[in-house]
Amino acid sequence: MSTLSERILGAGAGEYVDRKVDRAYVHDGTGVLALESWKIMGGDRLADASHLYVLFDHITPANNSTTATLQHELREFASSSFLQFSDIGNGICHQLMSEGVVLPGEVVVGADSHSCTLGAFGAFATGVGATDMAAIWLTGETWFRVPATIGVHLSGTLDGVAEAKDLALTYVGKLGMDGATYQALEFIGEGTVGLGMDERLVLCNLAVETGAKTGMFYADTMTVKYLAARGHDVLPQMPEPCDYCRELDLDLADIAPVVAVPPRVDTIKPVRDLAGLPLDQVFVGTCTNGRYSDLARFARAVKGRKVAVRTLIVPASRSVLAEAIRTGVLADLVDAGCTIGSPGCGPCLGAHMGVIGDGEVCLSTANRNFRNRMGVGGEIYLSSVATAAASALYGEITEPEVP
Amino acid sequence: MIQGAGMAVCLGADIDTDMIIAGRYLRTKDRGIWTEHVFEDLDPALATRLRSAVIVAGKNFGCGSSREQAAVALKEAGVVAVVAPSFARIFFRNGINVGLPLVECNLPCMESQTVRFDLTHGWVESGGKRYPVRPLSSRMQEILRAGGLVRYWKGHR
Repeated sequence: MSTLSERILGAGAGEYVDRKVDRAYVHDGTGVLALESWKIMGGDRLADASHLYVLFDHITPANNSTTATLQHELREFASSSFLQFSDIGNGICHQLMSEGVVLPGEVVVGADSHSCTLGAFGAFATGVGATDMAAIWLTGETWFRVPATIGVHLSGTLDGVAEAKDLALTYVGKLGMDGATYQALEFIGEGTVGLGMDERLVLCNLAVETGAKTGMFYADTMTVKYLAARGHDVLPQMPEPCDYCRELDLDLADIAPVVAVPPRVDTIKPVRDLAGLPLDQVFVGTCTNGRYSDLARFARAVKGRKVAVRTLIVPASRSVLAEAIRTGVLADLVDAGCTIGSPGCGPCLGAHMGVIGDGEVCLSTANRNFRNRMGVGGEIYLSSVATAAASALYGEITEPEVP
Repeated sequence: MIQGAGMAVCLGADIDTDMIIAGRYLRTKDRGIWTEHVFEDLDPALATRLRSAVIVAGKNFGCGSSREQAAVALKEAGVVAVVAPSFARIFFRNGINVGLPLVECNLPCMESQTVRFDLTHGWVESGGKRYPVRPLSSRMQEILRAGGLVRYWKGHR
């Protein structure tokens, strides 16, 4: 009787295993370093280029000529070595891998900490470093220590105001920033049934903020349907009785809108405790909350009104942007006074496209609020999309309105 | 190298990789940039004290982003090893991969006191006391001994 991680990795918790990797991806940031390590290792032939991806998202389009030169070299390498390549404007690596690429039961590694997002499909998906990736390019495999697993039992359903993001921040607050170090999270229970893929991706995305190796859902009818719509015929995964190192019970009906207070993701407060805090910027996007459903929800809240603070919307991918154009969501956002960025990570990591200044405060739908992360001297509060929309309309932290 | 010694530099818990090296310095291959700005957002004076130092930190060292530059910056700045009760797991992989010994131990820290460690036999000592350390897997010991994953693979081909 195994946890999902044990089943996929084929060994018990605590054991070291060497495993073939089904898919491995880097972005423009970690890819540069991976390529350096690859060259010094004397890399010549890739293990299997068809399952290796280079997905530009971190500083796209390039912000200066240094970045552009580094990206040029990586782009040339990806093209000449036949890696699966996605250039600027296509979107965030984790998002692209979630749009019908990663399948249940796969071992997936990304050279980015938020690779855990893809555990939403019942894959064992985790982040590694750049040199790890170079070795995977060389050999097609890597080592793992099979994680012990925390069972997160979900019951009930979210009410009209709370979102998966509020649930995610709530569990991060309960576990703490190192509450799951070296471990995996499995989201189980009847509360999972009503959660769509976008919501599962949010919950798995935040797993690393507790130190977890990955966050996982068992593939169920929701997963099967989502992947069928993208051309993949997959089977659901049945949970079996297993040993969790810890269990956490969360009733979704109890979840209320919350905010993570800087500089820690695990400092969680109800939105109402911070209501009235003046904002300089609202940012909606990232691998946490930049999907079409997020943009649509934000647009519904601001449609026909004007935002009271500079508001930056960065779609997670080109297909998200395309759908927002098709359905009129983009027009609603633009008419409400929002600024639209090119699909990618936006200012989340503090490199470009909307970083904040000294003393400025940003309410962001991203996943990290570390000191100086989005700009030196700036402060980042993390929230759901609904809270971001209400706050954008008033220019201060505001509880979302009941729809 | 999996044995060594250095002078303790004491740091707190949950030191994230943004604190070790900020995102604004990542877009370069110039390692000098990273050593120059290491820990800048935590304490700009720290960078000058890292040569031959053993960092003794609180739990969850290296949490946050997967950026390998954080481990490289410490190594290049002359840090001999990092001792902490726990490490964020990607930082742990990165540390071993760049040849920076990481010692999992809740070690009391006295600034500038000598810290010795031996990861083959699994101990760390400071202030005349020796503490046990969970030994690394044999693969990880080999990678560290080779000076990191790049040299490990270079040697295996």
